[in-house]
Amino acid sequence: MDSAMIEVRELVKDYGRTRALRGIDFSVPRGQIVGFLGPNGAGKTTTMKIITGYLEATSGQALVRGLPVEEHPLETRAHIGYLPENAPLYEDMMVQEFLDFVADIRQIPAAQRRQRFRLMTEVCGIGDVLSKNIGELSKGFRQRVGLAHAMIHDPEILILDEPTSGLDPNQIAEIRKLIRELGREKTLILSTHILPEVQATCDRVIIISDGKLVADDTVQGLMTGDGARIQVLVAPRGESPLEMEKVVESLQKPDSVRSVSVVGEKEDGLAVDVLSDAAVDARRDIFEAAIAADLALLEMQRQSVSLEETFRRLTMEDGGEHV
Amino acid sequence: MSKTLTIARREISAYFNSPMAYIVVGAFLLISGYLYFSTVFLAGTASLRSFFSLTPLLLVIFAPAVAMRLVSEELRSGTLELLTTMPVRDEEVIAGKFLAGLSVVASGLLMTLAYPLSIATVGDLDWGPVIGGYLGLLLCAAALIGIGIMASTWSRNQITAFILALMIGLVLWLFDKVTFFVPASLGRVLEYLSIDFHFRNIARGVIDTRDLLYYFSLLLISLFLAVLALRRRHA
Repeated sequence: MDSAMIEVRELVKDYGRTRALRGIDFSVPRGQIVGFLGPNGAGKTTTMKIITGYLEATSGQALVRGLPVEEHPLETRAHIGYLPENAPLYEDMMVQEFLDFVADIRQIPAAQRRQRFRLMTEVCGIGDVLSKNIGELSKGFRQRVGLAHAMIHDPEILILDEPTSGLDPNQIAEIRKLIRELGREKTLILSTHILPEVQATCDRVIIISDGKLVADDTVQGLMTGDGARIQVLVAPRGESPLEMEKVVESLQKPDSVRSVSVVGEKEDGLAVDVLSDAAVDARRDIFEAAIAADLALLEMQRQSVSLEETFRRLTMEDGGEHV
Repeated sequence: MSKTLTIARREISAYFNSPMAYIVVGAFLLISGYLYFSTVFLAGTASLRSFFSLTPLLLVIFAPAVAMRLVSEELRSGTLELLTTMPVRDEEVIAGKFLAGLSVVASGLLMTLAYPLSIATVGDLDWGPVIGGYLGLLLCAAALIGIGIMASTWSRNQITAFILALMIGLVLWLFDKVTFFVPASLGRVLEYLSIDFHFRNIARGVIDTRDLLYYFSLLLISLFLAVLALRRRHA
């Protein structure tokens, strides 16, 4: 319990009559990179805003290093670096002025300031724009200045709302690399709806849909927890034509097979999808089952379920909300 | 306190980095200058009477114009989220913005000191009412900036904030102009609520705690409501 840097308990948030969060629970230990996934409007941003103390929960609470955010707003905020969505910045300030302002508000001791500034300029790559007006910066640089602002006080916790949105592929790669480096010592929550981003950077994935937590697992766990899919093409061995029911029935027999569904009839046989448990390789069992049922196996290919499929299944099954 | 000053410093430099402050202060000086010159040169009297009698009304118009962007702009651009998720209290945010707004208006008032000084070089000037007048203007400005900030927390649109603050200020300014039409007892109440009535008391050179109390309560109530509005944005 002590090791939880962020903890969220039964978080509920209403905006007027609409309920944005319907009871969210999770906790994040030190040094973990957590990816928040979910369709737009699922409640990712709202959850982050509650943890950072910008919004108050309707019920439930958020704790940062064991302290309730609502009762200890200043202490908890001091440990958090937060980059809101779209990186809102004071456009009338120069980058250097803005970082000075943040350092003043954060009361960073003068002795550390120079070293922190140097590190931020280097890490975020903003050395060339320090004397430029923020309003004139490109989206990529704004995002970097926002990151520098979030990290300048060397916080233990970083909360980044869509840190790579609007960046070009090179910039995305750089930010991801930065996030992975930061994740070695910091606790990090980042939201995104870019799935490869989660695969590339996160230790753990939390999927929120329609205000509820629908999955909380490692990337690996999410991709395999659903089982593996084996695409099979079968044909009759003898003269007698294939009977669909019999094929399904016979391939279903092995214990390792969860379900069988016919995809369609092809010229040379019947295409069937077999869903198996992830832990076992069901191909051998399917082969045996096919022989026993007097079927010829023309093709067999094992595929792991992609994160994208899992995401779509989890976020679309009850609402029918299409992204 | 230091965070309040940090915020105030940022806001002041934001004012003078944009044409806004120059335009508003410039327009204020232009109109107040006309009031001064029209008495001194056209009417030929070495007096600041018309300057002091109409400048409160000018402040009713110009203070909201200075204050309107203070919170609205942060609501519009989303920077309020950036600011209020740093370890800073809502009270410090509002106090810092108040100090910045007041500094801008005070810098405008400071420049009008040229008028009494120029009169003093050519004739006898009774400094008592001048000092009282400026103290009164400063108090008016403080209360009106407070009202302007309060209105600024209500809308992400600066113009809406300006019009709301202007209406509140005008009503407060008009209160003692309508006492003639209402029963005497109500008239007393209206007079006490009037921003101009208390100004005239102070401008006479008589510093009464009742007048000071009026301005300070007006200011504190507006700033308190501004903090409250900021807090409600979190809910």
